[in-house]
Amino acid sequence: MEAINWHSFFFMLFGLLACGFALGVVLSSNIVRMAFYLVLSLGATSGLFFLAGADFVGAMQLMIYVGGTLVLLIFGVMLTAKGPFISMTTSAGEWVLGAIVGGSLLAVLFSAATSVDAWQTAPGGVERIETQVTATRLGMGLLGARVDKLEEKDPEQLAGMSGYLLPFEIVSVHLLVVLIGAAYLARPKKRAIRGAGADLL
Amino acid sequence: MADYLQQFLPEQWQFLAYAAAALVHCVLLINVVAVGALIFIWLERKVSGRIQDRLGPTRVGGKFGWLQTLADGLKLITKEDLMPDGADAMLFRIAPYISFCASFCGYLALPFADNWVGARLNVAVFFIVAVLGLEVFGVILAGYASASKWSLFGAMREAAQVVSYEVPLGMCVVVPVLIAGTMDLVAIGQMQSGWFVNWFVFHDPFTFITFWVYFTCATASVNRAPFDLAEAESELVAGFHTEYSGLRWSIFFMAEYGSMFAVSGLAAILFFGGWNGPVPLTHWLGLADSTNSLLIYFGNFLGMLNFVGKCVFGVTFMMWVRWTLPRLRIDQVMTTCLKYCTPIAAAMFLGVTLWTYFLPGGLIIKNNYGSVREGWLLEAQSGAEVTADESPTVASNSNR
Repeated sequence: MEAINWHSFFFMLFGLLACGFALGVVLSSNIVRMAFYLVLSLGATSGLFFLAGADFVGAMQLMIYVGGTLVLLIFGVMLTAKGPFISMTTSAGEWVLGAIVGGSLLAVLFSAATSVDAWQTAPGGVERIETQVTATRLGMGLLGARVDKLEEKDPEQLAGMSGYLLPFEIVSVHLLVVLIGAAYLARPKKRAIRGAGADLL
Repeated sequence: MADYLQQFLPEQWQFLAYAAAALVHCVLLINVVAVGALIFIWLERKVSGRIQDRLGPTRVGGKFGWLQTLADGLKLITKEDLMPDGADAMLFRIAPYISFCASFCGYLALPFADNWVGARLNVAVFFIVAVLGLEVFGVILAGYASASKWSLFGAMREAAQVVSYEVPLGMCVVVPVLIAGTMDLVAIGQMQSGWFVNWFVFHDPFTFITFWVYFTCATASVNRAPFDLAEAESELVAGFHTEYSGLRWSIFFMAEYGSMFAVSGLAAILFFGGWNGPVPLTHWLGLADSTNSLLIYFGNFLGMLNFVGKCVFGVTFMMWVRWTLPRLRIDQVMTTCLKYCTPIAAAMFLGVTLWTYFLPGGLIIKNNYGSVREGWLLEAQSGAEVTADESPTVASNSNR
């Protein structure tokens, strides 16, 4: 019998880190520190994903959420470099509002989490499952082939399992549109400037 | 490893085996970063000296100044740990460690030889790219917390640069992944075994160009000259680490050399065959398919030497570039990224896609990459007889 179950230990550790730094985000009044705590909290969450063997989701969490917070941090730095936003005080009303919204969400999530029987420890103890960790099924699913459903024999069932190619395409086209829109908004208005210059001349 | 250690421990201390195994891995990797930095700083001095027609360090530790870095380290330890008055104390203190952690985490998934890897991840390429991109956090926090204009300017430049160069870097990294069909670095390395023509850089003309774009972007993303705008001595004193002194300052440098080594390692595995030498020497000696575990170990050791050699060459190449080219202006940096690197990377991506479609396998030697790929896919293709014993893996996978 092991004296320390490392899996549980690291689950607790990462869970505590995530919760602790999340509290740090709420309680801190410096916007850059808030962003920094958010980064650490999200990083601890990705640690939980790695612990669960979901390498791809964990790396995604690092890339998108932690990396995305980088931009937030940069904006924080740019806003606070001059002073007026350096500490954001929260009024009592905002605290109450935040507590109500956050508390009700927590209550819903907590009750949902505890209501699932299958998540409680099995009576016969936990058996060790060897799993093949691979992101290929995910990728094939996005390409329109659900390889995890190959053994499905019912043709009517198969029709609905054609993968996620269409949503994937829609999302990528959407992102492309957003990128082009951002580039359009950000580029200098050359014609307008030329016109103004012509007036001056 | 943990199982091996377990047999030496008494019954009630068995849980320590896992901790010890993890500790061994971590200490080994930290040594790679730390000793690597020690050697690279010495090498940087020598290389820069030679390029500028000087000798570089010659006195500390014999003729070649071997111990120069150690002497520097001693000097840094004795320096006072300064902090500016207006600094954000907590962030100022923690920033170097953030940089170092991000740089170090990349090593967890970097294989040094066949299966010699801290953690063999299925998405190792993605993980390394994601983690190395986080190094900039430390730089931005340092720049902000120093309460100095120079630091802030340096950090903002670094942020703009790194965020832009992530795009072409990601595209370049996808190209070898596209050929290999997996993001597992160990599998990618195994696919390139044999003669050097099997290396992905010689797979087709597109990958050859992709490598150069990758190396440019990697140099930019680790903040080395000619892309070292964040520290630009002539303009910003020392950029983001202006206010740092002593060991905290040196930790930034350890992170920089660490990530230089890491991106060179990634290049070595993705494009230059990883631990496979130009000549299949271990194959001739029969080390690779030997049943004797000691011989396999020796083969892997040779592979590791090969890999480290390639990494050191990559780092030396970066030094050569640094002391040859002048620093770019910020607008030139952005132009290089957005007008050259990104379109070239996109075109190469398209080219490789078409190449692998029309000419699967390499240019010179036809390789069956599929055989090394994840086996279950081939099993599924080989027929509809998906046996019942595969369904538990499917079920447990969906549980995750």
